[in-house]
Amino acid sequence: MELSGILAYLVSLAVMAGIYAVFCLGLNIQWGYTGLFNIGIAGFFCVGAYTTALITTPKPTGLYAQYVQQVIGLDLPFIVGILGAALVCGVIAFLIGIPTLKLREDYLAIATIGIAETIRLIFNNEHALANGPRGLMGLPQPLQGLVDPRHYNYIYLTIVVIIMVVIYLLSERAIRSPWGRVLRAIREDEISAAMSGKDIFKFKMQSLVFGSMIMGIGGALYAHYTKAISPDVFTPLYGTFIIWVMLMAGGSGNNKGAILGAYSIWGIWIGTKFLTNLLPVTLKARAPYIRFLLIGILLEIILIYRPKGLLGEEKKVSKFLD
Amino acid sequence: MILNIEDITAGYSEVDILHQVNLQVRVGEIVSIIGPNGAGKSTLLKTIFGLLQPRQGKVILNDEDITGLRPEKIVRKGISYVPQVDNVFPSMTIQENLEMGAFIRTDDYRHRLDQIYDLFPILRERRKHKVGQLSGGQRQMVAMGRALMLDPQVLLLDEPSAGLAPLLVSHIFEQIREINVTGVAIVIVEQNAQEALKMAHHGYVLAMGRKVLDDTGDALLENEEVGRLYLGG
Amino acid sequence: MVELFVYGIVLGSIISLGAIGLTLIYGILRFANFAHGDLMTAGAYVALFMVTGPFSWLGIPDHTFGALSFGWRMLLALPVSMVAVGGLGLLFDRIVFRKLRLKGSGVVILAMASLGASFIIRMLVLILWGADYRFYRPGLLRPALELPLGVKIRPDQILILLMVSFLVSVLHLFLQKTKMGKAMRATADNMDLARISGIDTERVIIWTWMIGGALAAAGGILYGIDVQLHAGMGWNFLLPLFAAAILGTIGNMYGALVGGLVIGVAQQVSTAFLLPTYKPAVAFMIMILILIIRPQGIFGGSHS
Repeated sequence: MELSGILAYLVSLAVMAGIYAVFCLGLNIQWGYTGLFNIGIAGFFCVGAYTTALITTPKPTGLYAQYVQQVIGLDLPFIVGILGAALVCGVIAFLIGIPTLKLREDYLAIATIGIAETIRLIFNNEHALANGPRGLMGLPQPLQGLVDPRHYNYIYLTIVVIIMVVIYLLSERAIRSPWGRVLRAIREDEISAAMSGKDIFKFKMQSLVFGSMIMGIGGALYAHYTKAISPDVFTPLYGTFIIWVMLMAGGSGNNKGAILGAYSIWGIWIGTKFLTNLLPVTLKARAPYIRFLLIGILLEIILIYRPKGLLGEEKKVSKFLD
Repeated sequence: MILNIEDITAGYSEVDILHQVNLQVRVGEIVSIIGPNGAGKSTLLKTIFGLLQPRQGKVILNDEDITGLRPEKIVRKGISYVPQVDNVFPSMTIQENLEMGAFIRTDDYRHRLDQIYDLFPILRERRKHKVGQLSGGQRQMVAMGRALMLDPQVLLLDEPSAGLAPLLVSHIFEQIREINVTGVAIVIVEQNAQEALKMAHHGYVLAMGRKVLDDTGDALLENEEVGRLYLGG
Repeated sequence: MVELFVYGIVLGSIISLGAIGLTLIYGILRFANFAHGDLMTAGAYVALFMVTGPFSWLGIPDHTFGALSFGWRMLLALPVSMVAVGGLGLLFDRIVFRKLRLKGSGVVILAMASLGASFIIRMLVLILWGADYRFYRPGLLRPALELPLGVKIRPDQILILLMVSFLVSVLHLFLQKTKMGKAMRATADNMDLARISGIDTERVIIWTWMIGGALAAAGGILYGIDVQLHAGMGWNFLLPLFAAAILGTIGNMYGALVGGLVIGVAQQVSTAFLLPTYKPAVAFMIMILILIIRPQGIFGGSHS
């Protein structure tokens, strides 16, 4: 296999891992710093991807409209799509937060599962919304015409990495701020934090909303990378579970851990693909399930033997504390 | 002497609450432990009962070293413990609570059940009622009854009068005396120092995790310092 | 509408079996078992294996009982599967959850571990049987009986109701009359006090998993008999299970029974207005409503 082929493959891996890293950064704010147990990531993944799709594609007309239904089609540029995705996810997170943030952690978890499932069901069943199970295709890619299509992924990787780094820096700033300290206090001991007069609900809501906006951006990045989306992409497995494994592996409560976890687990995921290529033909059809089984077992091992993940939580969070 | 606490040092995580505490309980005695909040009185009971491992020292029951044994083992050796809070099974009936007290007995314990009902007649009346619906005083009776089902040699009581209306407080202490009359040694930790010392054969004053005074109940009642510091209320 | 109600009761009784197990485990271990739905899946597939595998090799007759859609093989497979899945739940507890409990891991870590377990179970089913829909008895016509009041119900479904009633009654007697049953209730009330009283809480935990797993397996098998089997069937039950348990007050077995029936009926009746695929969303909405309006459930006191 020639070098440029290998390089191209690695670049595509890096893009996906980078997109997942964005999700991990968002989850880290919710879980790592605030202790919110959000198992509904797939819901924000879905909304983010669909929002940008509806914003950046034109509404089908003429013959095309017979095959594809969309509720809106604004045909606006990529950047509007990304920002729109973040905004809509933020709004949805806000609406979801109102009834659920007061709940106990494990109740919050089941509520988030329900929300993600409901979102997916709506996109799957309401054909007029976004073409139902067939999904949407032909999403535009930013800076498309700049290079030879074979080399486009280098550009997209750059875009993804830039966005990832910007989110990382913003998140780091936020965590070291007084706002961030309150979040950590809530995670450590909610009762004491409440007693010191902070409006716990407001802080949790802010954490939920910002984390979800980041996830929306991740969803949008995914949509423009694959150029086509459909509801069955956003399952609990690919859309939620794997992100949790990534964050737990890398180190929850640590933004570097979030990024490291995304790249490591995605690397392992791709690695298992090569392993299962060695399987006899009869088992090949079951390869994805075997791979996910391994990831599931990996999570259990991490939870038992190294729940802090590779990097563990950041010890020194504020330059004012010792 | 049936229970001997030797030089116990114990605490939670890094901090030691008790420092080299000594205590003796003789057969059939009531031993009262009083002292300010945070003195370590409850911690001492928990250490005796194996809910806490001491860092140093020994707990000896009838010449047997039971230091550090788990509660499940200690309860089989003849010590029963009544915690201060959460000391009943609220969704179960009075009768069922007592049955749970007798869980490890392999014999026919109905005779013992009758004895407990004789001690607390109102419980017999309401034995099919769920304990969660009972008043504080009745719940305390159920809590003590549960612990007594095993015919313990030593009964550990953690603040039995806590949260009870004043009228019920003297009633509870009456019942504790009655229990003692049947031959059970009682170690009682109490905020209500007056009542606790009145019925005590022997009293210990604990402060800051150390034993500061150790005398008969009557002597402590007459002690000026004790009177000033602990009997004011 | 009457038909929807009747089928809602049938579906609801299946949900109840899962919800009772879920609520028992929560009541005693304070642990939200996200793998409980997949224990139902495991039960259904273990029965499938027994019916098509060992019982076939053993030469057990395959004919069906009268108007029912199953025969001796399934009758024997049911208890076998219940024991097997009880053991499966216990195995996960020993290997994963118990270790985390002893370490003092928080509520969330335990819940995450059960989420991992649910995926592991589901992947195993997919590896062994694939993603196709399966039937215990493919191609069998199952006509409905016509009963008075315009009620239409299949003989299988009558049996489901009878079986659920039987299992619930047995469980009730077990919890009320037997020593271990009372020990389980005591441990659910107050685990520390149970230990202080000398109750072997480890044994209680073992029984809890065996019973919870067994009921889940029964639920999965009954659903498989009534509808079909597929690898995601249990996960689709997860929201209704939690909704039922929360509605009936978490930890309360009888509440879970009632909750299951309510959720089942609500889901079926909703199909008069919504697409059937929205059924989990209906359960979810009810759960959110309960958590907002009366989080302690129908049978909860004013304490939390």
